[in-house]
Amino acid sequence: MTDVVPSLPSPAIHSEDRAQEADHPASQVVEFGMDQPLRLDCGVDLAPFQIAYQTYGQLNADRSNAILICHALTLDQHVANSHPLTGKAGWWQIMVGPGRPLDTDKYFIICSNVIGGCMGSTGPASTNPATGKVWGLDFPVVTIPDMVRAQTMLLDRLGVETLFCVIGGSMGGMQVLQWTAAYPERVFSALPVACSTRHSAQNIAFHELGRQAVMADPDWRGGRYFDQRTHPHRGLGVARMAGHITYLSDAALHRKFGRRMQDRELPTFSFDADFQVESYLRYQGSSFVERFDANSYLYLTRAMDYFDIAADHGGVLAKAFAGIKTRFCVVSFTSDWLFPTSESRALVHALNASSARVSFAEIDTDRGHDAFLLDVPEFFDISRAFLQSAGKARGLDSVAFSSEVDTGSREESALKRKSSGGG
Amino acid sequence: MALQEQALPLGGVAPDRTGKFRTDHLLVAEMIGRGAKVLDVGCGDGELLQLLESRGIDGRGIELSREGVNRCVAKGLAVVQGDADTDLVNYPDDAFDYVVLSQTLQATRQPKVVLENLLRIGRRAIVSFPNFGFWKMRLQLLIGGHMPRTENLPATWYDTANIHFCTIKDFVELCDAINVKMERAVALDLYGRPVPLNLPWWVWNMFGEQGVFLLSRGRVGK
Repeated sequence: MTDVVPSLPSPAIHSEDRAQEADHPASQVVEFGMDQPLRLDCGVDLAPFQIAYQTYGQLNADRSNAILICHALTLDQHVANSHPLTGKAGWWQIMVGPGRPLDTDKYFIICSNVIGGCMGSTGPASTNPATGKVWGLDFPVVTIPDMVRAQTMLLDRLGVETLFCVIGGSMGGMQVLQWTAAYPERVFSALPVACSTRHSAQNIAFHELGRQAVMADPDWRGGRYFDQRTHPHRGLGVARMAGHITYLSDAALHRKFGRRMQDRELPTFSFDADFQVESYLRYQGSSFVERFDANSYLYLTRAMDYFDIAADHGGVLAKAFAGIKTRFCVVSFTSDWLFPTSESRALVHALNASSARVSFAEIDTDRGHDAFLLDVPEFFDISRAFLQSAGKARGLDSVAFSSEVDTGSREESALKRKSSGGG
Repeated sequence: MALQEQALPLGGVAPDRTGKFRTDHLLVAEMIGRGAKVLDVGCGDGELLQLLESRGIDGRGIELSREGVNRCVAKGLAVVQGDADTDLVNYPDDAFDYVVLSQTLQATRQPKVVLENLLRIGRRAIVSFPNFGFWKMRLQLLIGGHMPRTENLPATWYDTANIHFCTIKDFVELCDAINVKMERAVALDLYGRPVPLNLPWWVWNMFGEQGVFLLSRGRVGK
């Protein structure tokens, strides 16, 4: 009885594929040499380094229609194209494409893998050029401001001086807020979704749980699992399972699974996955480890934990946004208990105190934190209208903007032109 | 305090024949110049904000109901969910040229505090409210013996959100008490027409179905 507790299956995608993706991704890459280091908050100058990114749509002649999407903790730059490791559809395909709220017929859309990530931007899974080995825990600790600093360097390279909009949910929303606080003159409008200006104690606690799960896996090998040809897939899987629960809600879990059994009528009186919800979580854990690096998970959760915009501005959040001209649309979801509406409201109060132009919508849904990734029409309509209104103020092709929101025709046109998407 | 003396003529206000905008909204829009920065407190579905934006006015809104907020944001308006009673304190002094409180004063828990906040945040405030001194209201209470209900205020006493009704006379007295200067005052009759200016104030209080007031801060040390 070595395996009484049925553990997560070994990943179908092997370390070699992930290692390949970390150094030589199936994305566009910009490289920064020794002369262009990334100054990290921890005091280290990271050089050389690279950023992997995807783009969709065309940059217009006056370079005024660029939108930067900032991705969340466990996502990547593959917003609207199939994932190079899993082959699955882009994580925001529902939001990005011709006729969609982030309309690739109107906007030039950029999404880059964050620094510390594992899909082609330099991170703990990348090869350290100084040693020829994988960075692992030798990689310096990165922060949300570091991620954004790297994105500014990417945009400089792409020739994009100002962004029409920065948009992102969760950790992506944190980057959006960091953009507006640190580079307000480069951001015309901002759409932070389901996020906060600082990570709460409860959220840090959940992240610590995930990190401990990874590090407790004997296959983690002090972070040197690449060298020793192991992979802490059980620990990372458990971390993902715990994290995934925080992305949902009690109501959503109940609606989706209730107490229903998985392919059986009666309990087996074992620790097998009797309940559908157990089976679902195990699937979430095992599919995650196929595409994600365990050390990267440690680094990115840490970056979120350290995030606190007010702390960087003498403890007064409003100071971070003093005199800001950026137009904001803040969105939260009623059932999101990871980044509850109260956090967004605190942000809105600070923006009001700065006399910023801000819209704030709380969307009623039982789908929890992950609602921003799902088909929530009210969120789409609000995003679309905010971008259209900002587009008018920006002087973007006014003919192309219609104030009508017509779900039916939107879906039709999106389906018709689906084949033209991708970057 | 004689209201008449402070009421200045307001040109170009006529009942809206197209029915596209509410008369009191058009009246408010007339009071605000192009390019001004305006906060609409209790902005509902954003009708007034749309009118203001169409006239080149930088409008923002606060609305209590989530449905109202989301409809506004979906129209591209800069509106946040918030409560006039609790959230105005978050705005800095002089943040706006005008703060508008349209048909909302009577629904606040602390009308006096709200009014003071309006004139702290904005250099001017525009306040409109249903006049409980309107003859139809008086008649319902006097003859009918029940709490007044009208087409514009159809809710019964037990489910109305309007908890602090006042008359035009009451409001004038409040402004006087907290040193608020009344720059313009207009009473609209049942059909949304301004009650003629040359009539004494008790006529307004009797025949004005609603009052619209442009307010500013009174002199310091009065």
